[in-house]
Amino acid sequence: MADAKPFRLAVDIGGTFTDVVLEGPTGRVTTKVLTTPAAPEEGVIEGIGIVLKRAGAGAEAISLFIHGTTLATNALIERKGARTAFVTTAGLRDILEMGYEKRFEQYDFYMDKPEPLVPRPLRLPVRERISARGQALLRLHAEDLHRAAAVMRAADVQAVAIGFIHSYAHSEHERKAREELARLLPPSVTICISSEVCPEIREYERFSTTCANAYVRPMMAGYLTRLRQRLDSMGLKAPLFLMMSGGGLTTLDHATRFPIRLVESGPAGGVILAGQIARECGLPAALAFDMGGTTAKICLLDDGEPERARRFEVARIYRDLKGSGLPVRIPVVEMVEIGAGGGSIARVDAMKRITVGPDSAGADPGPACYGRGGQSPTVTDANVALGRIDPQHFAGGRIALDAGKADAALSGDIGLKLSLSEHWPAAGVSEIVEENMANAARVHAIERGKVIDRYTMVAFGGGAPLHAGRLAEKLGIGRVLVPVGAGVGSAIGFLRAPIAYEVVRSWRVPLASLDLGEGNRLLAGLREEAHRVVAAGAGEAPLSETRLVDVRYVGQGHELPMALPNRALGADDLPDLRRRFEERYRQIYGLALPQMAVEIVTWSVTVSTALPAAERIPAPTQRTAARPIGRRRVYEPALGELVEMAVYSRPDLAPGAALDGPAAIVEDETTTIVPASFAATINRRGDIVMETRHGR
Amino acid sequence: MADSSLKAIRMQVMWNRLIAVVEEQAQALLRTAFGHVAREAGDLSAGVYDVDGRMLAQAVTGTPGHVNTMAAAVGHFMHRFPLASMKPGDVFVTNDPWLGTGHLFDFVVVTPAFVEGRPVALFASTCHMVDVGGIGFSADANSVFEEGTLIPHLRLRSAAGLNEDVLGIIAANSRNPVEIRGDILSLVSCNDVGVARLTGMMAEFELTSIDELAAYIIDNSREATREAIRRMPRGSYAAEMSLDGYDAPISLKAEMTVGDGEITVDYAGSSPASNFGINSPKCYTDAYTVFGLKCAIAPAVPNNAGSLEPFKVLAEPGSIVDPKRPSPVTARHVVGQMLPDMAFGCLAQALPDAVPAESAGSIWVLAMASAHERMGDPRFANASRFNVMNVGLGGVGARPGKDGLSTTAFPSGVGTIPVEITEDQSPLVFWRKEYLPDSGGPGMHRGGLGQAIEIANGEEAPFTISAATFDRMRFPPRGRDGGRPGRVGIARLASGTALATKATHVVPAGDRLIVELPGGGGLGDPKNRARDRIDADIAAGLVTREGAKRDYGME
Repeated sequence: MADAKPFRLAVDIGGTFTDVVLEGPTGRVTTKVLTTPAAPEEGVIEGIGIVLKRAGAGAEAISLFIHGTTLATNALIERKGARTAFVTTAGLRDILEMGYEKRFEQYDFYMDKPEPLVPRPLRLPVRERISARGQALLRLHAEDLHRAAAVMRAADVQAVAIGFIHSYAHSEHERKAREELARLLPPSVTICISSEVCPEIREYERFSTTCANAYVRPMMAGYLTRLRQRLDSMGLKAPLFLMMSGGGLTTLDHATRFPIRLVESGPAGGVILAGQIARECGLPAALAFDMGGTTAKICLLDDGEPERARRFEVARIYRDLKGSGLPVRIPVVEMVEIGAGGGSIARVDAMKRITVGPDSAGADPGPACYGRGGQSPTVTDANVALGRIDPQHFAGGRIALDAGKADAALSGDIGLKLSLSEHWPAAGVSEIVEENMANAARVHAIERGKVIDRYTMVAFGGGAPLHAGRLAEKLGIGRVLVPVGAGVGSAIGFLRAPIAYEVVRSWRVPLASLDLGEGNRLLAGLREEAHRVVAAGAGEAPLSETRLVDVRYVGQGHELPMALPNRALGADDLPDLRRRFEERYRQIYGLALPQMAVEIVTWSVTVSTALPAAERIPAPTQRTAARPIGRRRVYEPALGELVEMAVYSRPDLAPGAALDGPAAIVEDETTTIVPASFAATINRRGDIVMETRHGR
Repeated sequence: MADSSLKAIRMQVMWNRLIAVVEEQAQALLRTAFGHVAREAGDLSAGVYDVDGRMLAQAVTGTPGHVNTMAAAVGHFMHRFPLASMKPGDVFVTNDPWLGTGHLFDFVVVTPAFVEGRPVALFASTCHMVDVGGIGFSADANSVFEEGTLIPHLRLRSAAGLNEDVLGIIAANSRNPVEIRGDILSLVSCNDVGVARLTGMMAEFELTSIDELAAYIIDNSREATREAIRRMPRGSYAAEMSLDGYDAPISLKAEMTVGDGEITVDYAGSSPASNFGINSPKCYTDAYTVFGLKCAIAPAVPNNAGSLEPFKVLAEPGSIVDPKRPSPVTARHVVGQMLPDMAFGCLAQALPDAVPAESAGSIWVLAMASAHERMGDPRFANASRFNVMNVGLGGVGARPGKDGLSTTAFPSGVGTIPVEITEDQSPLVFWRKEYLPDSGGPGMHRGGLGQAIEIANGEEAPFTISAATFDRMRFPPRGRDGGRPGRVGIARLASGTALATKATHVVPAGDRLIVELPGGGGLGDPKNRARDRIDADIAAGLVTREGAKRDYGME
């Protein structure tokens, strides 16, 4: 008997488009609909309707719904979150605004620091004090909470963040304050405490994360509740899981409590897809390259696994500069994101250099070639001028592009200023954006001690297949894979994600004086908390566990994450940990420091359902020459000129089809450019695999 | 056409790459450094130089006092160790204040990069060490000999390995031998990261020399800077400033001459060198003067030998801005970090409405240490020993069209150190770290606010605080164009005693240290400040009602 609920659904809400993917017995159906910012559930419901209709299925046939969204990120960028108050230790209420007290741009004295999410009148001091050792130096003064509550009621505050100094070491004051305020404030008011949202040392980052969580919580809770109701009323009763920035899924209930963990969930989905492909194709080292309309994201995966980090910056206000955004300490997939997408605007600076991005023309007015009033040249305009994008068949022919407007914008803003004519302005824009991405990728690899040219690139998102070949040439990468469904790669990735949760605690202790009993008690507590969250969604599914500690030399400020065994620590584990730490340190920084003491700073446990088993896809046994559908002139960077190249239709290419660069492979959502130095074949998954012809 | 266009694009690509290479170098340093001031506050720098010792690129991460002094320091290394004598694997070191970055606390490490056995470039980096011996972080010394251990230009590594003799001497003369060794090795390894990246880049672009790229970078930057200067009215402009000094006020004088695409600043007439450690060696004077000029005139031109070339700085030997050996220099930033305000004072006449009012300037280094051990008081026999630094930051001057930034370093590129980090490393407790109302200089655009920091020893034992870098306690940051000065800084005990500037003080057991950082100066007449801005400041508690009445005439 056939499964009554054979379909799995994934939806990724982006800034411009909402991507919907439905997978079932007959294969995969995808669509893109416009995002509806005022009520995002409208776009979601519309998209679900479309894919169900195309699959000929009913809502009740869906067994699982996985959802990711940039709504929280956008609320932070656009400052459209709740009216939030911050209750904090008396004497320290300005920490949230002082930040790092540092200029992130040295030479620009007009630069401004990011505005805090909570303005000063709503940063409310309470007398209490915990020491760095976790002792109460001053009791919590309840009368101050009463005064704070009165201010909050008068200001009609919708969300409260509570952040006390050293609460990562001792959370009792924060918990008591939450209890008290819950009694004093209307029940609709959300309250978050820093020792739950982010129990880590460094007060500014902890407070910033807690305020961001409170700030987006009412909106996200409202949206998720409305979505659940709409799904129920259309008969879609399948459990709803949310994608988190760390690459794991969580329950609706948990996502509603910690919505800050949902920022960057879309890019995390793309990384999961890359991981799945890496496992299926047996790639020990994969570089996920995701390029959309506004940004490009690059992530390195070893054995199908990305590195993870616990710090991220949202809503950068000044180019892509580190420090110009709000820090949040949450589990994230370690990736680099730069303002380089199809809509990124190109211009000439005072040094007569071409610069690209990070600002984007977005969807409205969009690139000059959209003909919607955009005057500035963008990366997409350059791609049109270079023949990479066929103006008649952009987005499946739904948006007709005006090549003349692309040329005019490029020549006016770039060509005239640099005395470049013909295709040179476009070639310059393209080279610079590719170089920017190559630099970001290179720095990212170096920071992690990785050698980038050993990686296979996996390119997805509308813009990546256009630039992947050239980017690979710049990075010395010999193999590039463009997966099936590249245009909605993130949503496809959601369907491969495990239900997972990471719990983190700061406890700084030198290895030499670590009390194993105390360490094991801490790990057991973290483990129990993570299991509780995951079990709520995973039911009887088998769970796996990862234990990590952040380790550094005593006196340093930056740590390296190191794995611990999934059992109680024994005496032998500590020398082993030190040995592995020094090996890793030497790998990254060239030399180890054997005389120095080593300490653990942060402890974490991640519990996760098992990943879907990856079946190794064998290579096609037979190669057949692919047949082009036409020819057109496209820029070939290695030659510096436009050359005639063959054009292939991707749907026509069956596994085993082979072709030589230079060539263009077109499909509805994107175009893959195969440089002259590469040849391409189609593998059994249907992915385009480009390999350098010069050997590696 | 095609060839020259392709070449121009290639040059740009390689220039971008070089900037990425030095940023990697700086990130490696930030991640491996031990001292809090380096790793939390970012008191470090990194850069790459051509074989003539000309700086080609600096990391975005870093601070001007380091960057622009290193620009000259590499040349000094090459004087001592000519290029022809350098071998693959070599690393050189010094902390000579006059040939490095201005005080003994900063070690500069230089590493040549080789391709096919020939030197092609040099990498330099520096960061602030926790302790270099001598009397510690203090302005109390009367000569550089008392301030710590000076390491002249030495070879720290050769192909044969590290020179452990040098490291041994450095470690043996530091109160924090483990950290200083670690920090110096961090400098070595970050330069190695830079060398590896550069040689990889050269292989990729099939280069055996970067001389052509160097010329391209330097010529373009020089011309862009000259172009910007040529847009200014030619002439001479003067500025003066008074600072608290150590034992007597200091007078700074500057005359700026704008010529054809070049600017000269002459500090003739400034005070003679002090007997205490607040003198700014010429390299440091140059660094901050040029930084101020560059910010106002050509901020977008990348910082390198070409963009620095059109600026000349002159000073009288033996003056406080060009002290000679063995003048003490530990707290050299007290004078050096005020020099951008001198540059702005001159520029205000040449470029009205284009420069900010004066800032708190010199960062207040909060160097604190346990005091019980030297006092021998048996009551505190079990108290913790510690030696920590935090950073106190005041307000930046109001800017044309905008208020000044509150509690932010300017011109220094460092930041603060988290309270939880300092408290984790010592028994200190920060009871208060908060904006100081009414401290921002009144004006149409208000100066940035200073802050009040209140610190106790949680073990109720005594501790010391060095006021070496506390200035603008008597002479406040001035306003401009009718704007009024920011509030002066104050250092005192909670029990009431005022602490004099520059000396080292003991905070007695049970008492608390209170420092109040200066606010930035205001810009434009306070009468012209928009009413809603004043109301917003009152609502936020940044300006009190009394302050609004007194400073802005609000009823």
